[in-house]
Amino acid sequence: MSYKEDFVNGIFRENPVLRLMIGLCPTLAVSTSAINALGMSIATAFVLIFSNLFTALLRKIIPDEIRIPVFIIIVSTFVTISDYIMQAYTPDLYKALGVFIPLIVVNCIILGRVEAYAYKNPVINSTLDGIGMSLGFAIILTSIGIIREILGAGTILGITLFSPDLAAIVMILPPGAFITIGFLMALLNKLEKRDI
Amino acid sequence: MDQAKNLFSIFFAAFLINNILLIRFLGLCSFFGISNHMETSIGMGTAVIFVMMISSAVSWTLYHFVLFPLHLEFLRTASFILVIAALVQLEELYIKKSLPALYRSMGIYLPLITTNCAILAVAFLNIDYNYSFIQSLVYAFGVSLGYAVVILLFAGIRERMSGAPIPKLFQGYPIAFITAALMALAFLGFTSMFGF
Repeated sequence: MSYKEDFVNGIFRENPVLRLMIGLCPTLAVSTSAINALGMSIATAFVLIFSNLFTALLRKIIPDEIRIPVFIIIVSTFVTISDYIMQAYTPDLYKALGVFIPLIVVNCIILGRVEAYAYKNPVINSTLDGIGMSLGFAIILTSIGIIREILGAGTILGITLFSPDLAAIVMILPPGAFITIGFLMALLNKLEKRDI
Repeated sequence: MDQAKNLFSIFFAAFLINNILLIRFLGLCSFFGISNHMETSIGMGTAVIFVMMISSAVSWTLYHFVLFPLHLEFLRTASFILVIAALVQLEELYIKKSLPALYRSMGIYLPLITTNCAILAVAFLNIDYNYSFIQSLVYAFGVSLGYAVVILLFAGIRERMSGAPIPKLFQGYPIAFITAALMALAFLGFTSMFGF
């Protein structure tokens, strides 16, 4: 595959959340506001890009039989780094995201990409794949965050759009996450049908 | 008496009020992935109860007797996931050998559980909440029972839904998400049960 294809693949054709149905837990849990969603996207992108990069670098010396434990150690190293960085520099965000930061380690998107792509491809391709996949994840996560924040609190990134009395508070409560993603998937079905 | 009351409130908070699937959004991949049949849901539910109890006990012991005294807290993420993955393998071997009836009902779900983020999350939360050994076991039992009950209810609804007239755009996953939203709405009703 060319570099451009590697990059675009994760954003559209194999979008992790809506097409492959993986990485659902963080998508639903942290999308209560646009800023939380953005923070989670950046943390996941950091882990995914560097795990892909290092797996691709080490792919010739990792023995095939124990590759999964090795991947887990590579991924959890970067998760621990981002965990401590966020704890030190963005304490509010760290508190809002809570247990979902260490849980990036079991995000299927990361282990899936490392196993299916970075282990078999050169360094530059793998890094671009990581960037594309992270962007695909970030776009969905942030748009769900924006939709829920506007409908549920009447604000966007903390800026008031309309009075909170008019907002449907259920959208920032747990049911709102399920409703939003259900309607987004139906919308995607509709768009797909028009293409054919 | 006070201690019993405390354990009771931990159990119900984990079981209903902060239900792991509908309110905390953990373990959703398996929730949507395998809940289309009643039997598979029963198998997954029992497997989660079993593994979560054992992995909570082991990870609690590991943290408080090894990592904490040696000042190795930064290894928490890496060590927990490796220990849980190894533990699941051991449990699978043991059940296959000594409890063949149980193995038949939950065998194939055991390996899947390694990537179930609910298991790892409960191990982290036991540490974050500063629970004692008994408290963390009660917490793990409440959480896993909540998982089993909700996945069973959801599977029941989805089996009935397979014959229902659903708009084309919403067939499959979108309607499942909307159903989960309505269930989450019902579970929000438990919030004020104990004045939490």
